[in-house]
Amino acid sequence: METKPTFYSTSVGKKVVMAASGFIVFGFVVVHILGNLQLFLGADALNQYAAFLQGLGPVKWTVRVLLALSVLVHMVSATQVTLQSWAARPEKYAVQRFQETTYAARTMRVGGPIIGLFVIYHLMHFTTGHCHPVKDGFVENSEGMLNVYNNVVFGFQDPLASVVYIVTMIFIGLHLYHGLWSMMQSVGLNHKKYNHWRKVFAVLFALFVAGAGISLPVAVLSGWVVPV
Amino acid sequence: MKLDSKTPDGPIEKRWDDYKFQLKLVNPANKRKFDIIVVGSGLAGASAGATLAQLGYNVRCFFYQDSPRRAHSIAAQGGINAAKNYQGDGDSVYRLFYDTVKGGDYRARESNVYRLAEVSNHIIDQCVAQGVPFAREYGGNLANRSFGGAQVSRTFYARGQTGQQLLLGAYSALMSQVNAGKVKLYNRTEMLELVVADGRARGIVTRDMVTGKIESHAADAVVLATGGYGNVFYLSTNAKGCNVTAAYRAYRKGAGFANPCYTQIHPTCIPVHGEYQSKLTLMSESLRNDGRIWVPKKKGDTRAPLDIPQDERDYYLELRYPSFGNLVPRDVASRAAKKACDEGRGVGSTGLGVYLDFGDAVERLGEDGVRERYGNLFHMYEKITAENPYKVPMRIFPAVHYTMGGLWVDYNLMTTIPGCFAIGEANFSDHGANRLGASALMQGLADGYFVLPYTIGDYLATQGNSSVNTDDKHFTQAVDDAAGKVDRLLGIKGKRTPDSFHRELGKLLWDNCGMARSDESLNAALAKIPKIKEEFWQNLRVTGSGAELNQTLETAGRVADFIDFAEILVKDALARTESCGGHFRIESQTEESEAKRNDDEFSHAAVWEYKGEGEAPERHTEALRFEYCKPSQRSYK
Amino acid sequence: MDFTLKVWRQKPGTQGKLVTYEAKGISSDASFLEMLDVVNERLIEKNEEPIAFDHDCREGICGMCGCVVNGYAHGHQGGTTLCQLHMREFSDGSVIYVEPWRAKAFPVIKDLVVNRSAFDAIITAGGYISIRSGSAPDGNAMPIAKETADAAMDVAECIGCGACVAACPNASAMLFTSAKITQLALLPQGQAERMTRAQRMVRAMEAAGFGACTNHGECEAACPKEISMDNIARLNREFIGSSIKK
Repeated sequence: METKPTFYSTSVGKKVVMAASGFIVFGFVVVHILGNLQLFLGADALNQYAAFLQGLGPVKWTVRVLLALSVLVHMVSATQVTLQSWAARPEKYAVQRFQETTYAARTMRVGGPIIGLFVIYHLMHFTTGHCHPVKDGFVENSEGMLNVYNNVVFGFQDPLASVVYIVTMIFIGLHLYHGLWSMMQSVGLNHKKYNHWRKVFAVLFALFVAGAGISLPVAVLSGWVVPV
Repeated sequence: MKLDSKTPDGPIEKRWDDYKFQLKLVNPANKRKFDIIVVGSGLAGASAGATLAQLGYNVRCFFYQDSPRRAHSIAAQGGINAAKNYQGDGDSVYRLFYDTVKGGDYRARESNVYRLAEVSNHIIDQCVAQGVPFAREYGGNLANRSFGGAQVSRTFYARGQTGQQLLLGAYSALMSQVNAGKVKLYNRTEMLELVVADGRARGIVTRDMVTGKIESHAADAVVLATGGYGNVFYLSTNAKGCNVTAAYRAYRKGAGFANPCYTQIHPTCIPVHGEYQSKLTLMSESLRNDGRIWVPKKKGDTRAPLDIPQDERDYYLELRYPSFGNLVPRDVASRAAKKACDEGRGVGSTGLGVYLDFGDAVERLGEDGVRERYGNLFHMYEKITAENPYKVPMRIFPAVHYTMGGLWVDYNLMTTIPGCFAIGEANFSDHGANRLGASALMQGLADGYFVLPYTIGDYLATQGNSSVNTDDKHFTQAVDDAAGKVDRLLGIKGKRTPDSFHRELGKLLWDNCGMARSDESLNAALAKIPKIKEEFWQNLRVTGSGAELNQTLETAGRVADFIDFAEILVKDALARTESCGGHFRIESQTEESEAKRNDDEFSHAAVWEYKGEGEAPERHTEALRFEYCKPSQRSYK
Repeated sequence: MDFTLKVWRQKPGTQGKLVTYEAKGISSDASFLEMLDVVNERLIEKNEEPIAFDHDCREGICGMCGCVVNGYAHGHQGGTTLCQLHMREFSDGSVIYVEPWRAKAFPVIKDLVVNRSAFDAIITAGGYISIRSGSAPDGNAMPIAKETADAAMDVAECIGCGACVAACPNASAMLFTSAKITQLALLPQGQAERMTRAQRMVRAMEAAGFGACTNHGECEAACPKEISMDNIARLNREFIGSSIKK
């Protein structure tokens, strides 16, 4: 009697899981970046928003756990799919040329780990403060509330940190572009009439996220946004 | 050699039904005790293999390609005939039967042809159920088109890839039986010998083309579905691998070979362009529905086609055959093209070509209208010739395409060796001296799906299991013979490549036994063939070894059999001093240069019997009876 | 025309390598395979072993031929099999790399010849509609919209050559598998086995050792029949749907 392999044991199943977990992370990224754009609304807006998030308590932790799980699942499934593909072509071509694939598609496997490392750096930079330039940890305001606004600005005033952010944002944009339309393909969302919109949708979101992400360090470095 | 056709009597429309009832049946529980070997996986082989397996027999299917889906049936473009009369244009089983007998120039067996027409309708049903995406009308019903030589629209088609789609249907049926464990496939395996013991086919000897291993396979019956021998001409529309070896080996073991001279020359192929050319590409004759064929009126006119004014063009088919025009049957169209070229009016750099002009069609339908009908063919033509057929007339020339001759079979599709069956193009049964367009697919599938599965049961029920296994001396002898031949080929160590011999043989046959044959040309060919054979066995060079994939060795083995086979082909052409269908004897033509039959002397199938190496083969005849279609001079005027 | 060929030569059970051959005096009207024929004839005349390559119909339909030429499966010309690629498409004096399809699931048998039985295994698993010979209803009993029949035909054109796998950076067989799944899923005849078909074919594909699709689109670009990768989305949908319903 043959044992029935599970859904996940197939590459198609793994791709669906990768798409779903990626989508959760993508959703977070969009909300996160929208929130961060409040930097342009001034210190009060951003700090109040930060305080609101901090005050969510259990909800905050639920989201964090869900996110961490999604990232983990995304990484595991991506690694498995990658290993399967590498194993599928043991002998490489002496000459191989491409016709249709994009830079974005070909850099998914480089972009993924880079983004992963960046997330760790990003957390140490702005969440735990281990890599933050202000020596005594984060700046607090007079009421003992975290001055997220100033933390961000000080953070980005270090050109090296800003460059890391800008470069990674480009990778995130590429990753999102291929990831988003690829996700629809992987879960079978296609229709002759709307297929070309899939790429438009992916481009728009990728541009938005990367553009917004890049706008923050650029705004600080250019002196448009200054500490209060 | 006894030729008992087993053709039933009685009203023709009841013959097959009555006959089926008389056939002995194999008990359902006993079917699994019978092993059947099928050689070839084209339309005939795959459909037979699948159906026999569905019935419960154990099937082993052998083929030289890497997958059964690659058999050359796949290249058929135009369509498949059936007497559905969906168009309500007056078609019927009887009309299809009549057209086929007439199209075959009254050289086919009436009973077989009627049966073919009768089961043609089931084929369409079967293929539709398999998911073959036939062309449809907007209402959702099956679409039809007319095809060369027919005055009703009875041809079903799937774009320009009907053969592909039908083969993939049969292939899928075969693979479902592989999945069911009832069929075992042997890919990249070539049949080298048929094993006959005590007057019955017992199995085959094969060579594994990857390892070089020569193996025996015993079975209760052997079915040869190995296609035609058109590649004896070297250049043909057949696939490079198509060969006569299986059929020829069966002939050497006692199977009669019928009408080898009946070869079909297809009129619409892309002309030859150079010495290195490896094959000819056919373009569906559906092109003749809208294309107009012409040559310049003047000899040696080298002007570009568009520079030749209308009144200096000779639309020779339209002039000579006003009622059929460009749609005359293949043999007629081919011969007319040859005539024009022989007169020095051929076109292109070689002078071997005629124009197929879509100028009028483009004017009438627009370029898009033409593209809709023939887009893929035009695309193919442009790829091969680098000319744009929407602007410049196509150049076409006839090429060897199909062989109506083949192993002689009785009404059961059994050869003169009991237990050895031949189906599809490999047998001779249904097309007489000329095959109508869209009838080859029909015959292959009719044999495989609907005829052989009944008739083979009668043989098995009557004869029981074969008691000869592969340890028997007949098998070991056959293995030694096959291995010996391989060693001989490798051992010559001469200078010439197998292909160079093949080209030489092919040119000889094309020049002397091609579209027109005469006593003189045929005798010249007969004198030359032994010389080719002699040099082949003295000066052949095969590199590498026999214990590996060795394509040079494969080719050499096939060419060796082609050389031997060419001799009976030419002998048959020489003995048939009449013209009929694809066989045109210069000595036998009407005053208007049309083929002239001689029914008094040649209303028969000629069947050749092998008499031993170096001995002249013996010609037998099976008289043909025409009770329904009264032979008349074919006229397409 | 003159060319320098760098051809992959590999004997069974050994490591292969690229070997250089000069192909001089080739007609521009010769097909790529005819060019190889000429090279092979000359090799035999020099008593060297000719290059083994698969081919059969030489008119672009059997799917037997195929090599990666200068990094492109079936060469650079779109919608073309290797047998239909002509030497006039190359510039005189150029260097041409000729390599076999490379994939674990397509092991090299010799030189440019690979074993594609994995494709047969995928079809065996479910690429068919089970129907006993002779038990079919009338062909017109079930009307099928022209659009549906045409769409089914678009994918049924697949010749099973393996170029999609060869061109895919992941050596994935999704385009091949999806073409058959789509054809049978579109047609009303294919509905009865639709769920099991998707499951079985995908699992057979996985078992054969192909890579995973990451939507590069190289398969579609290399496909000589220009089959669209939209079908891969349909395969995914069929597989997901059948996984839920089973």
